[in-house]
Amino acid sequence: MRLLAYGDRAVLVELAEGVEGAERGGGALGYAEALRREAPPEVGEVVPAACTVLVVAADKVPLADLRRVLEDVRPVALEADRGPEAVEIPVVYDGQDLDDVAALTGLSREEVVAAHTEQTWRVAFGGFAPGFGYLAGEDDRLHVPRREESRTRVPAGSVGLAGEYAGVYPRESPGGWQLIGRTEVDLFDLDRDPPALLRPGVAVRFVEVRR
Amino acid sequence: MTRTLTLHATGPLTTVQDLGRPGYAGIGVGRSGAADRGALRQGNRALGNPEGAAGLEITLGGLDVEVGDEALWLCVTGAVCDLTVDGRGMGSHAPVRVEAGARVRVGSPSVGLRSYLCVRGGVDADLVLGSRSRDLLAGLGPEIDAGTVLPVGEPAGAMPGIDHLPWPRVSADEPVVLRAVRGPRADWVADPDLLTATTWTATDRSNRVGARLDGARFEHARDRQLPSEGAWRGAVQVPPSGQPVLFLADHPVTGGYPVVAVVVVDDVDLAAQVRPGQSLRFRWVEAP
Repeated sequence: MRLLAYGDRAVLVELAEGVEGAERGGGALGYAEALRREAPPEVGEVVPAACTVLVVAADKVPLADLRRVLEDVRPVALEADRGPEAVEIPVVYDGQDLDDVAALTGLSREEVVAAHTEQTWRVAFGGFAPGFGYLAGEDDRLHVPRREESRTRVPAGSVGLAGEYAGVYPRESPGGWQLIGRTEVDLFDLDRDPPALLRPGVAVRFVEVRR
Repeated sequence: MTRTLTLHATGPLTTVQDLGRPGYAGIGVGRSGAADRGALRQGNRALGNPEGAAGLEITLGGLDVEVGDEALWLCVTGAVCDLTVDGRGMGSHAPVRVEAGARVRVGSPSVGLRSYLCVRGGVDADLVLGSRSRDLLAGLGPEIDAGTVLPVGEPAGAMPGIDHLPWPRVSADEPVVLRAVRGPRADWVADPDLLTATTWTATDRSNRVGARLDGARFEHARDRQLPSEGAWRGAVQVPPSGQPVLFLADHPVTGGYPVVAVVVVDDVDLAAQVRPGQSLRFRWVEAP
C-alpha cells in the first residue's frame, strides 16, 4: 500500500490489487469498504476506483492526521458470492457488437452469453454517469478492448464490455463499450432509496431472457 | 406574502449552486457545488445564512431577476460586476435590501468569470441527493431558465452587520498564479515541470467541468493505460492530446488519464474565476 499526495486536502491510496483482491481481504474495494465500515471522522469523501481509493480530508482535519488514519486501515474481505443477495439483471442478448466480441474472444455468440451469465460480477467502483458501475468478473474470458470508434448515442439499458469490466448504461449517452445486450432494469432512480442499484461491493448476476 | 425570485434573463449560464452533494462518488455522482466556493460562502455569511445555502452562480453576467411580493436581502459576490436595482447602480460585495417587485440586474464582470447572487433565506429549489446544485456533467439538480420562479427560504439567523466584503484576487492584467502539489501520476508524462515553465491560456472550451489549457503539450511517458482513478477538483489531468484540463466543480468522478498536479484548495476558487483567453501560471508547493 502506498499513500500518494493529491493536493493539500486529499490522499490517493494505491493498493497492489484491484477488485480481484477484495475476496481475499485486500484491494481497492476491500479498502474502501473498510473505510465505509469504520467511518473515521478524519475522512471526508471516499472515491473508490480500480486499484486506488481517493480520500479527501474532512473539513478542518489536518492532512497529516488523515494520513495517519489511512496507514492503519486494513482492507476487509468481501464474500466471494453473495448468492441470493446478488442483484439480478435480466438481459436480452442481441447487442450490435456480439459478433465482434465473439471474434475477439474466440468464443461463439452462445459461449459469450454463457460466460456473461455464469460468473458473479461485482461493482468495483462508479463513475462515467450516475448509477454506472464498473463490474469486475471472476475470469478473463470476456476481456475485450473498447470499440475503436465510440458511438455518439448508446441507448439506456445497453449492456457492454470494455477492458476487464462489464457495465450497463444507466441512460442514453455517448460510449465506446462493446454492446452485447440490453436490459429494462432502471439503474438509477432518484425516487428510490438508495437511488443506484449498483453500488461498490454489490454482487451482480446477468440472466438471459428471450425477446 | 411569498418570498420569490423570478428569472427574466439568465445570460450565458446561470445555475443554482450550494456546496454540492458529498458522499455519492461510489455511485458516480460527483460533489458539484459552487465553482468558487469561497464566494458563495462569503455571500451567505454576509446575509446570516448557513454557509451552504443555495444561491445563483452567474457566468459572465446577464442575469435579470424580479423580487416577488416580499422585500429581500441580497448580496452579490465573486467576480466584480455592475449590480442595478430598478436601474440604480448598487455595489456588489455588500448586502442590499431590495423592495418587493424590484428588478435586479447583474452585469458582466470586468474581471473574473463567475458572480454569485446570494439571498437571505437561500434559494429554496428542490433538493436532489441532499443538494440544490446543478451538476452539468451528471445532469442532476434544478434546471432554471428565463421564466423560472425560484422560492426563497425563511431567514435562519440574524443579519450579522457585515457591510463590505473583500474582492477576489484576480487581476485582469497579470497571469493568475495557482499553487499546485505534484500529482500522483506526474511520472506518467515526460516533463511534469512543463506545468510551471509555461504560461497557459484558458480556452473557450472551458466550463464547470474543467478549464482546458493551451500553451504547451505534455508528452506521455508510458504506453500503458492507467486504470481509472478517483478525481477531485483542482486536479490537472493530461488526456492523450497532451493538453491539460484543470478540473473544476462538475469534474468526472473517476478518470483514466494521469493527474500531473493538483491545485491547492484555496486556489481552486481562483481558477474558477479565470476567463477564457486569460493567462495563468502554476507554482509548485509541497503537500502539507
